Formats: sequence, C-alpha cells, structure tokens
Amino acid sequence: MNIEIRNIHQRFGDTIALNDLSLSIEGTKIIGLLGRNGSGKSTLLNIIAGFRKPTSGKVLMDGEPVFENGRITERLALIREVGDTVEDSEKVEEALRYAAYLRPNWNDERARYLLDRFEVSLKSKISSLSRGRRSALGIALGLAAQADLTMLDETYLGLDAPSRYLFYDELLQDYMNQPRTFILSSHLIEEIARFLEDIVIIDHGKLMFHGNTEQFVSQGAAVTGNAADVDRFVVGKKVIGERQLGRTKSAMVYGEINIGFLEQASTDGLDVESLGVQDLFVYLTQPKDE
Amino acid sequence: MFDDQQPIYRQIADQIRQDILGGRLEEEEQVMSTNQYAAFYRINPATAQKAFQNLVDDGVLYKKRGIGMFVQAGARAKLQEEHRASFFGQRLDPILTEARVIGISAADLIAYISLKQGKDSGQ
Repeated sequence: MNIEIRNIHQRFGDTIALNDLSLSIEGTKIIGLLGRNGSGKSTLLNIIAGFRKPTSGKVLMDGEPVFENGRITERLALIREVGDTVEDSEKVEEALRYAAYLRPNWNDERARYLLDRFEVSLKSKISSLSRGRRSALGIALGLAAQADLTMLDETYLGLDAPSRYLFYDELLQDYMNQPRTFILSSHLIEEIARFLEDIVIIDHGKLMFHGNTEQFVSQGAAVTGNAADVDRFVVGKKVIGERQLGRTKSAMVYGEINIGFLEQASTDGLDVESLGVQDLFVYLTQPKDE
Repeated sequence: MFDDQQPIYRQIADQIRQDILGGRLEEEEQVMSTNQYAAFYRINPATAQKAFQNLVDDGVLYKKRGIGMFVQAGARAKLQEEHRASFFGQRLDPILTEARVIGISAADLIAYISLKQGKDSGQ
C-alpha cells in the first residue's frame, strides 16, 4: 500500500489550513500524526480519506486518486473524534450491521470482542453512550474494518487511562496479527511514542518532519551547564529553547547530535540529555516570541 | 520502564544481555518473539526487531529459520568478558568520582569492599 500526498493546499476563506503539503507513505507502519490544535491534522486526514476535495493538489492510493473513488475509499477507514459515521438514533448492533455492509474485510467477531472489552453494550442506543464509550465504538468500528489504511483522529478523547491502554494493546495486537498502515493523531504523545515507527509533524499547515521516531528523537538534546559555557557551545547550532536557573542554563538544540558534539560538550563540562519525543515536539512547535 | 536517554531498542538488547549474564536466559534457549516483546512493553515490533538484530550482529543470539531466536552457545562467557572490559571505566569511575566529591577515602572504600567480599565468600 502506498499513499502519495501531492502539493495539497487547503483554504477556508482567508485561512490557509494546509500549505503545499507533500508526503509519501509506504509499507505497513504505525505512524503518529502530531501537531498543535489548528495545525491542519484533521483537515489532512479528511483529505486522505477522500471526505474532502482540497483547494488544490491530490491524494493517490496505489496510484489512484482517492476523491470520489469508491474502490479506493473502501480500503480506507477514518475514525474521527466521535465515531460520527453512525446515526445517533441507532443501536450499537445496527452500527455493526451497517459497517459489515460497507466494509469488504469486516471482522464481526473482532468488533464484538472489542466492544465487550470496552464494556459497550450492543443493545445501547448510540445517543445514550458516554463520550468515552462513543470513542470505544469508533475504535471497534475502525479496527474491525481491517482496512489497508486505518486513521484514528484523536479517538482517545473521553477514554480514561485504563481504556486508553486497552486501546493501545488492541491496536498493537491488530497490527501484529495483520500488518497494515495506521495513522494515529493524538496529543498524548508520551503515551503513544513508543509504538510509533514513524512520525509526521505538521505545523501551521506545513510539513515539519516526516521520518523514523528514533531518528527524530536523536536530533534533539538539552545541553546543560554553566550559562557562559552553554552560550559558547551553542554558537552556530539551532537552538529551539532555553531555560535558566541561576547560573545554570539549558539550551535545547535541534540538529545532528554526533560523536563530535558529545565529545565537545564533555570537554566543556556540559551535560547532554535526550529530550524525548514530546519535549522535542513542544520546543519545535511552541509559539515564537517575536 | 524505559528511560529517555537510550533508544528503546538498545535498552531491550541490554536487558536481554543482562538476562543471559544473570542466568535467566540459558544458552541455546529460545528467546520470546518480537511480537511478545512488543506486546509486553507496548512498543513497536520494529523496535523489538531492531534489538534482536543488534544481538544477532553481536553474536549473542542466532536465528533458526521458521522457529525463532536462540541464545548463542558461549554467549554468557563472551558477555562476561565484554562487561569486565568496561566495568572499571564505565561503572566504577563514576562511583569513585562521587566518593571523592563526598569525601570517602580510598581506605574506606577498600575496607568496605573487603568486608562485603568476605561476607559473600563466607556464605
């Protein structure tokens, strides 16, 4: 499976939601889509799913356009915040029947198992479900669709911590039993970073990073020590954040952290620590002062 | 479960090395699969795969096609030797530095080690 996102522009009136975004996704991976609120994540997922035609640019799946292409869109599943593909007046079991009709690879047993684990009753009316149970229904519908590309857009909302961990376990099981591509958008970066093979970061409608998660983490470091030494050390390096406590200063550096970098820091008596996915993301996307 | 300072694959590989050193994994014993590691630690299976590859490259594990990963014969002695080589520089030096900073003398350290070793061998 391969997804080609080519030069997507999306305008909403005067607002530019996506700005010349190109991205290519291949193979079977769990990919994290990270970005601040309003960065364009949901718009992008809607366009990939063929729910929306972008102002310009296109999305191809295995070489075919996704927009208004039923043969392609049945291979994609996008689960949004509140499992909104189902009617509120229906019961959960009716939503399953509808999904079974729509989805060529529908796995009814899997759906019922997941609903049972999340304690969602088949007889419940969808309108009566709590936010967390609605999210769980979305997850069950999304995973049981067994689509080639499954996109889960902040589906964790309303789920308490035990339910989220259940979701992560079931997602991993699904991925291992039947390797396919998942795109997950979430603000709970710390929780999901460990099982993301790749990361895509969008900021202000533009692609900021796409690549392997470990590679991303290896590009960020906090350099800490005497303020004057730190200032001297970071000359010519990309500093994405600073914190100071008395005479001690930490500078967050983004770029290649190689042996030379580490040896120089050690010679200068400075500590170098990894930032981790979440902190690095925060420093890279935080509002700039100017 | 993991610290941020080391890539997770390396922490898993180190853990398996420790398991072999400590006798929790025997030579020629089969290691849990990448999927089992992934499910247990909630990590991407590719990360577990990378840890295994690292250990295969180092001659600690080997792959039996279609069956899984096994601990290489002689892996324990090999790991012991590697860890002995790095023990003084990587493990002991930071402790000696700390001892100096807080004012523990060499004589205190030697006395403590003799006492501990005496106890251990006396058991």
